[in-house]
Amino acid sequence: MSDSRPSYLAHHFDHLEQQKQSATLGIWLFLITEVMFFGGLFLGYIVYRGLYPEAWHLGSGKLDIALGATNTVVLIFSSLTMALAVRSAQVGNRKGCAHYLLATIILGSMFLGIKAIEYSHKFFPGPDSHYFLIPGKNFSLASPYADQVQIFFSFYFTMTGMHAIHMIIGIGILIWLYVKALKGSYHEHYYNPVEVTGLYWHFVDIVWIFLFPLLYLIGRH
Amino acid sequence: MSSAPDTSATAMPKNYLNEKITVSSWLLTLDHKRIAILYLVSLLAFFLIGGLAALVFRVELMTPEADVLRSETYNKFFTTHGIVMIFFFLIPSIPAVLGNFLVPVMIGARDFAFPKINLASWYVFMFGGVLALIATIAGGVETGWTFYTPYSTMYANSNVILAVCGAFIAGFSSIMTGLNFIVTIHKMRAPGLTWFRLPLFIWAMYATALVILLGTPVVAITLVMIFVERAFGFGIFDPALGGDPILFQHLFWFYSHPAVYIMILPAMGVVSELISCFSKRRLYGYRVIVFSSLAIAVIGFFVWGHHMFVSSQSTFAGLTFSFLTFFVAVPTALKMLNWIMTLHKGSVSLASPMLYAFGFLGLFVIGGLTGLFLSTLATDIHLHDTYFVVAHFHYVMVGGGVMGFLGGLHFWWPKITGRMYPEGLAIFAAIVIFIGFNLTFFPQFQLGVHGMPRRYHVYPEEFQVLHIASSTGAMVLGFGYLIMGAYLIWSLKFGKIAGKNPWNARGLEWETDSPPPTHNFHETPVVRHPVYAYEYASETSNEPDVQSEKGHV
Amino acid sequence: MDHPVVPVKTYLTIFGALMVLTALTVWVAFIDFGHGLLNDTVAMSIAVLKALLVLVIFMHLKYSAKILWLIAGSSVIWMIIMIGLTLTDYRSREWIESQAHRAIPWASNPPIEQAAPAADDGHH
Ligand code: HEM
Ligand SMILES: [Cu+2]
Repeated sequence: MSDSRPSYLAHHFDHLEQQKQSATLGIWLFLITEVMFFGGLFLGYIVYRGLYPEAWHLGSGKLDIALGATNTVVLIFSSLTMALAVRSAQVGNRKGCAHYLLATIILGSMFLGIKAIEYSHKFFPGPDSHYFLIPGKNFSLASPYADQVQIFFSFYFTMTGMHAIHMIIGIGILIWLYVKALKGSYHEHYYNPVEVTGLYWHFVDIVWIFLFPLLYLIGRH
Repeated sequence: MSSAPDTSATAMPKNYLNEKITVSSWLLTLDHKRIAILYLVSLLAFFLIGGLAALVFRVELMTPEADVLRSETYNKFFTTHGIVMIFFFLIPSIPAVLGNFLVPVMIGARDFAFPKINLASWYVFMFGGVLALIATIAGGVETGWTFYTPYSTMYANSNVILAVCGAFIAGFSSIMTGLNFIVTIHKMRAPGLTWFRLPLFIWAMYATALVILLGTPVVAITLVMIFVERAFGFGIFDPALGGDPILFQHLFWFYSHPAVYIMILPAMGVVSELISCFSKRRLYGYRVIVFSSLAIAVIGFFVWGHHMFVSSQSTFAGLTFSFLTFFVAVPTALKMLNWIMTLHKGSVSLASPMLYAFGFLGLFVIGGLTGLFLSTLATDIHLHDTYFVVAHFHYVMVGGGVMGFLGGLHFWWPKITGRMYPEGLAIFAAIVIFIGFNLTFFPQFQLGVHGMPRRYHVYPEEFQVLHIASSTGAMVLGFGYLIMGAYLIWSLKFGKIAGKNPWNARGLEWETDSPPPTHNFHETPVVRHPVYAYEYASETSNEPDVQSEKGHV
Repeated sequence: MDHPVVPVKTYLTIFGALMVLTALTVWVAFIDFGHGLLNDTVAMSIAVLKALLVLVIFMHLKYSAKILWLIAGSSVIWMIIMIGLTLTDYRSREWIESQAHRAIPWASNPPIEQAAPAADDGHH
């Protein structure tokens, strides 16, 4: 191995292109596993919705469309900034890359904040409401379908919770990237980590693109 | 170039084992070969724990009454056995040990594409394993390895939460391994090593990795659902709310049927290598075997409902799954035929690894054929949840999977450690293991057909004779494993130096030193022939093989 | 497989399209198409379209090697296998039972004593 190897080329690869292709292939394979992971939840959702359509409509009606839609916008916006962060690295704009990463972190955190507000409404439904929508012993809702609505909320919390955990992990990685980007580690010759994280981030966005209509928008008509 | 048994050598040349020997150089190693050793040691420990649990309940089963264990304790023992053996031994066995060691060497690479992920996979695995063991020590889990609801979510004691977390975490480690395999095989092959020059072991690893990536996440999310239901009281499968426990079974078996192929495909890969080497022939029907591995990986995902014939799954779904299940037998049978064709007219030598390959062939045929009885809807109504099923899956998993693992371990032991084990003892142990295995599990077919249900320890007296036979067999089997363990450990220090290629086999792994240097090859090899080219002296040379012309032993 | 740099304008256009589609999906949710299934079909078509835009442009699938298309595609196919075969069970649970009801007059309302043994040897 010659001395001309750049520091960012790992010893076991022959050249940068091989390293880059490996990273991209790896993350896409990882995304397959993510699809199947969420797929299990979607399967449960579909089965129960088929069995208990009324309960599903009732449960969906209890979610806040305004907050859900706002979050959709926030998340898609963060996907845009993420894409621009990758692009900045690609064209060698090290500063721009860091800034866009920061923007993505802020938008991602906003999403989580809004999600927390939404969750808290389920915990503390307000003085005049007669329901408590956290599944479990205390779940209460005056409806003949209350039990099945509880299943709906079990899915709502598990699906959005799993999604939120993915967001938190994503934000953690982004912060790490941001710190390195500030030092100028990513540039036109080496930006695998930014690109790979970007792919992950967009995937999390796609999951939400499906969760939003499936959870918030059914049975509104 | 080939084998030069050099018994006089005292110090081995620099290699991956003796380069650095501090504890941290092992625990923080990024070398795939050392990680394979870490896995080997930990997996053997799990194998021992699982095996001891089995010995305890086999002793209990020698009498029709409950005299050693109470029912609840009995349940805990077979659950420990199942969870440990499946999630912490057999699923990772060949991929994480032999695969980890061999994949980069066989394709002429310096390491996996993601060495850090590889090391992380071992830590993650150990973490999951420790959680599962804590669950056992803290009081035990009684659900069986299948975690069926509503038992696991409502009735079982809360250690089940820990065990579920352990299995969930172990899943990540298998995903990391699988991901590394696929990327490495795609991107890091040596020059000249085209797809259809890959050894069949590599193809088997590739197919296994596909199944791991597509299946494991589903069991992960299923375990998450169990977790939230059990720990937070969410209603997901709870029948009282209108939840459906059968949904759990669908999700669980969507992974766990393909998981049986995670356990058997690698063993098939090992057996292909063994048969080729010890018949001194290129494998008959190389491409057929390649495509049948891929076909098994795919078809394996269409058949899971055969575990649910006697649940409240619809009769139509039962019919569909029964029908689809028969198709898995086709690629499996094709492999069998090609192996047999290779042996036919090959110059077969009966070295100890080859005995395991023969063991595999015979036992796996029995296991596979009894699978067909079980996948026939009508007969399964009678056989489901009896010892017949227990015998079936032990024939495929122990007779197939473990035999493959041991065969591979013996075959590549000289490469991994640089030393030979005593061949005579190895042959003796292989025979003891084979006899012990059959004595343990063949009577269980009988028991099952006569109606002995699985997971019970109090039974009618008429079953006692067969149970005693089975328990005796278990001890013989255990004895066989012990002999094997003993001589393998002995060989680490006292074994004869193996040399590069003690079996006169073909494949890049035999062209580097034994044990290989840290970066596997002194210079990147260039492959010039189709795989298993026994007419040439090596993969990279153009000279004919002198030794095989002379005729091998 | 080396990605060409995508112009900022393309990214902005896609972002705009995603916003419009988000608004659209909320809007159509309140329209009654007469049949619930129709509402779902529209909502899911919009979601698939949005996902494709993200996949193809943001995730650079358009500029990537065939193998990545294969990977993305296979994950979808495997989800379909999983969901499809599971629904084969749920969608057909009534079939054979309802035929049995037609064939055996008492089966639609079986007396308890007869239902019990039938329950433990499977599902007839
Ligand atoms: C020709 C291929 C095979 C067929 C047709 C087949 C068929 C079946 C069927 C129908 C059952 C369900 C029986 C019941 O519960 O009533 C079953 C159970 C089982 N099979 Fe196979 N099988 C095959 C190969 C394998 C292989 C290769 C393995 C593992 C390496 C395996 C492992 C198992 C296990 C672990 C169970 C029991 C699971 C449990 O309930 O705990 N099978 N098999
Ligand atoms: Cu199966």
